[in-house]
This record gives sequence, structure tokens and C-alpha cells, in this order.
Amino acid sequence: MFETPQFSAALPEIFLLGLTCTVLFVDIFMTARTRIITYSLTQLSLIVLFVITLMTFAWDPILTFSGNYIADSFSSLTKLVMIMLTFFVFVYSRSYIKCRNITGGEYYILGLFSLLGMMVMVSSHSFISLYLGTELLSLPLYAMVALRRESALSSEASLKYFVTGAIASGMLLYGLSLLYGATGSLELTAVSEHLVATDKVAIFGMVFVVTGLLFKLGAVPFHMWVPDVYHGAPSTVTAFITGAPKIAALAIMYRLLVQGMPSLMDSWQQLLIVVAILSMFFGNLLAIAQANVKRMFAYSSIAHMGYMLLGVIAATPEGYAAALLYGIVYAVMAVGGFAVISMLSKVGFEAEYLDDFRGLNARHPWLAFILLLCLFSMAGVPPVFGFFAKLGVIEALISVHYVWLAAVALIFAIIGAYYYLRLVKIMYFEEPSKMSKIRPAKDALIAVSINGLALLVFGIFPSQWITLTRTIFGA
Amino acid sequence: MIALSDYLIVAAILFSISMAGLIINRKNVITLLMCIELMLLSVNLNFLAFSHFLGDSLGEVFVFFILTVAAAEAAIGLAIIIVLFRNRGTIDVEALNALKG
Repeated sequence: MFETPQFSAALPEIFLLGLTCTVLFVDIFMTARTRIITYSLTQLSLIVLFVITLMTFAWDPILTFSGNYIADSFSSLTKLVMIMLTFFVFVYSRSYIKCRNITGGEYYILGLFSLLGMMVMVSSHSFISLYLGTELLSLPLYAMVALRRESALSSEASLKYFVTGAIASGMLLYGLSLLYGATGSLELTAVSEHLVATDKVAIFGMVFVVTGLLFKLGAVPFHMWVPDVYHGAPSTVTAFITGAPKIAALAIMYRLLVQGMPSLMDSWQQLLIVVAILSMFFGNLLAIAQANVKRMFAYSSIAHMGYMLLGVIAATPEGYAAALLYGIVYAVMAVGGFAVISMLSKVGFEAEYLDDFRGLNARHPWLAFILLLCLFSMAGVPPVFGFFAKLGVIEALISVHYVWLAAVALIFAIIGAYYYLRLVKIMYFEEPSKMSKIRPAKDALIAVSINGLALLVFGIFPSQWITLTRTIFGA
Repeated sequence: MIALSDYLIVAAILFSISMAGLIINRKNVITLLMCIELMLLSVNLNFLAFSHFLGDSLGEVFVFFILTVAAAEAAIGLAIIIVLFRNRGTIDVEALNALKG
């Protein structure tokens, strides 16, 4: 029996696909001089897409396309955040890529396709849509990393990203095939009904699935690609990679583990506990040893993924809400941090070593302040937003009696604060080694101000976000 | 009659070979691409075997999607290798050591 799918539920994706193709078509007729039209069209379509997603916000879950696609409040909220992050990254990118010979419109088109993949991912409700979404996210990202064609670092980073990404997909698929064999179904509701906790094949498959997901998240012990890719990619592409895709990876982790395999919870919980502790440990410790700020942020991202997993480990609605909030806050502050790095850079010079940040306060006080907000948020200093994100996951852990794990998380948070504060010290209390003017583009400066101040404002008034994420999971 | 377990064992062996190839290989990047293809094909074998023995055609549909994506992935991989070769003049795995720390 075939029933017509409810196309209106997938309106944001359909709209985005149509617009991406339009932008692709329009870009063919653009020269280097008129390339600004591609950019404006991209940003305009993102704004319209945001409005459409907001208007079709699905408070009641809609399951359609033969159970392959779900629109619920979780997917709607994550989509809104991802669209916003993409919009901001594109604003930062415009001036950055213009002076780096990435003149083609493909930067924006690849980004849009990647966003489409993320939106399919968070709305997926079967193995097929999940896999296709993941690949549609990853494939354009590999190309985006290599867009700086003459740079040997970028192409090496891209190849490493490609190989690890392909291994992750392979692992994920192998696990999915075993789960398919154990349950006889590809659709998540049916999978969760047929799964038996004692089924060895299912547990074996689950381990492969979790491995694949952790590769995508970049958590220890599958983290080796993260520093290299963050370092080698152009700074704005790094901002893109570190923001929205992490939220999408968290979303499929939630869909697969919580909605798809609730009966195997004991097994995946134990796996994730080990991974989370290792991530926080190695992420924070190795970050201290880095002289390169991009690598430092990469290791800090590994540590943050550990904290985000803590919310999933708690396995309560409050825990999932805390994990989602952590993902969103992390994405906002990391995008802000990389945006400042990209704005300090000039043609032929990447501001990526700690020395380049020396005395930043004397050279450009406002940018230094924005970076300070991002760093405080990452370290979890109140009253910035990052504090409430950390508080949320730790609270969720304590309410399910994982007090020891919460204590471990706190200890690593204190270790982590060291390298964030060291960068703050370098920016504010050391003499600048060079006094050359920093001239960031106006639009990027406004965007990064909104980005940084949002962390402060929502840090002072966090209750709306906390209530919103909790309502989504029915806590 | 070939049993389901026989298919699964072959697929598992192929998967392990591709994994070992990815880790052990220190020479050529093209070999990595071949290992990735082999990995996806072993997954396909798994899906087809399950699909046949469960009497469910969804697994076969999934295989078509995997094959298509694998082709796209190979195309991107080769493109990246070309860019790398232009910059470095070599595609040895051991030469990929500019990024570390």
C-alpha cells in the first residue's frame, strides 16, 4: 500500500534543496566582480528558510515518508539553531575567503548542501535517511576543507578528514547492517520494538554504531583527526565544522541510541561513560600543550564533546535537554572563537599562534572582549552561558546518582580553565609583539559582536533556553 | 545450501581485511580508497544476506543507496588526492606529516 507522503512536514528541506539549486544555477553566470550576488542570495535564502522553519515548528510529532522522516520539536529547534549558525559563518566567510583566492561560489553552495544534510540527519527516523543525511553532511565538508587549493596543509587536512570520515561511515553502516539483521527492520520505532537486550548480534552492532558516531563527534579514542583538520582547514571552514555538525551528530546519537535502542541502554551507557571520561581527560590535558590556538580549540572541542556526552549518559529527559543545550552553547561559543581568529588573520598570515594574540586588548579592545566572552563561556565561568550548560549536565548526572562522574567532570573543568585563562592573560596583560592595525570587515564585526554578546545575555537570562530544551524532551 | 552465517563470516573477513589495510598501509593513498570501497562492499554483502534470509526487500534498497554514495565518495576522494598531488608532488601516506602537535 502506498500513501502520499506529507510533503508539508519536510517543507524546510524541500525549500532549501530548491534554493541551493537556484544559487548553483545563478552562480554560473557570475564573474568575480558580481560574486556578491551569490552571497546575498545565499544569505537571503537562509533568512527565508529560518522563517519557514519557524512557521512550521512541529510541536506535535509528524511521522511521514513511510516512517523515514520525522518532524518534531527536537528537530525543529536544532534546525533553527543550525540555520542561524550557518548564516553567521557565511557572514564571517565573505571577507575571509575573498582575500584568500577562494573566489568561486562553491563555498556557499557546498555549505548549503552540508546544511541540507544536517537537516535530513536531525529529522531522520530510519537507517536509510540517517545514512544519507550523514553522507550529505560529510561529503561537502571534505571539499570545503580543501578549498584553499594552493595550501598543502589544507589538502592534507582534507585527506585525513576524508579517510577518517569514510572509516566512520563504514563502521556506522556495518553496525546498522547487524542491527537490521537482528531486528528485521530499518525504521527506528520497529527497531526499538524488536530489540532484545540479550541479543549478542544487536549488542555487537550497537558497538559499531556508537564507534561510528563517536568518530563523527570527534571523541577520544576516535579523535585523532580533529586537531589536524581544525588546524589545516581555513579558519571559517573550521568554524563551520565545529558548530552545526556537532549538533547534528548529537541529534543522530539521540535518535539512534535513545529512540532506536532503549533496551540496550545499560550497554551503551557504560561505553559512553568510558569515552566521556577519556575525552575530558585527553582533551583538556593535550590542549594545555598546544602553542597553536586552532589546535588548542580542537582539543577543547574534544573535551566539550565529553561534557556533552555526560547529558546522554544520565539518560533522563533532563539529561538529554542538558546535552542539547550544551551542544548549542558549545557551537555558538566555538563559532565565535574561530570567527575572531579568522578576523585577526590577513592575506598570507593566519593568526593561529599564542604569540599572535599577545596584547590583543591594546590592538583591538572590542575583539579581545568578544574572544574573552567566548573563552569564559568555554571555561564555564559565570555569568556567561557556558556556565549554565555545564551546570545542566552536572545537575542531570547528580539527579541519577552519578556523583562520582560529576566530580570527575568538575576536576577536568578546573584543569581546562587553565588554558582558557592563559589565553586571556596573554591578550590582556602582555605587551603586543607587533602593533599592525587590525581591520576586520564591518559586517563580520557586527555579527561577531552579536555572537559574543548572545553568550553574555543568555548567560544572565538562561531560564528560557533551559525551559525550552526541557519542554522538548517532556521533562 | 549456503547458510546465513557463511555470508556473515565472509563479510566480517572482508571488513577486517579493509580495516587492516587502512591501518597497516604506509605506502599509497589510492590503497586507502580501495580499502574504503571494500569496507562498504562488505557491508553491502551483510545487508543482502540479511535481506534474503529475512525475506525483506528494504535491505536491498539500502544497498543501492550505499553503492551510489560510495561512488560519490570515491569521486571526492580522488579529487582530494589530485589536489594533494599538485601541492606535494607525492601521495605517499608517510609524507602526510605536515600537521602534527
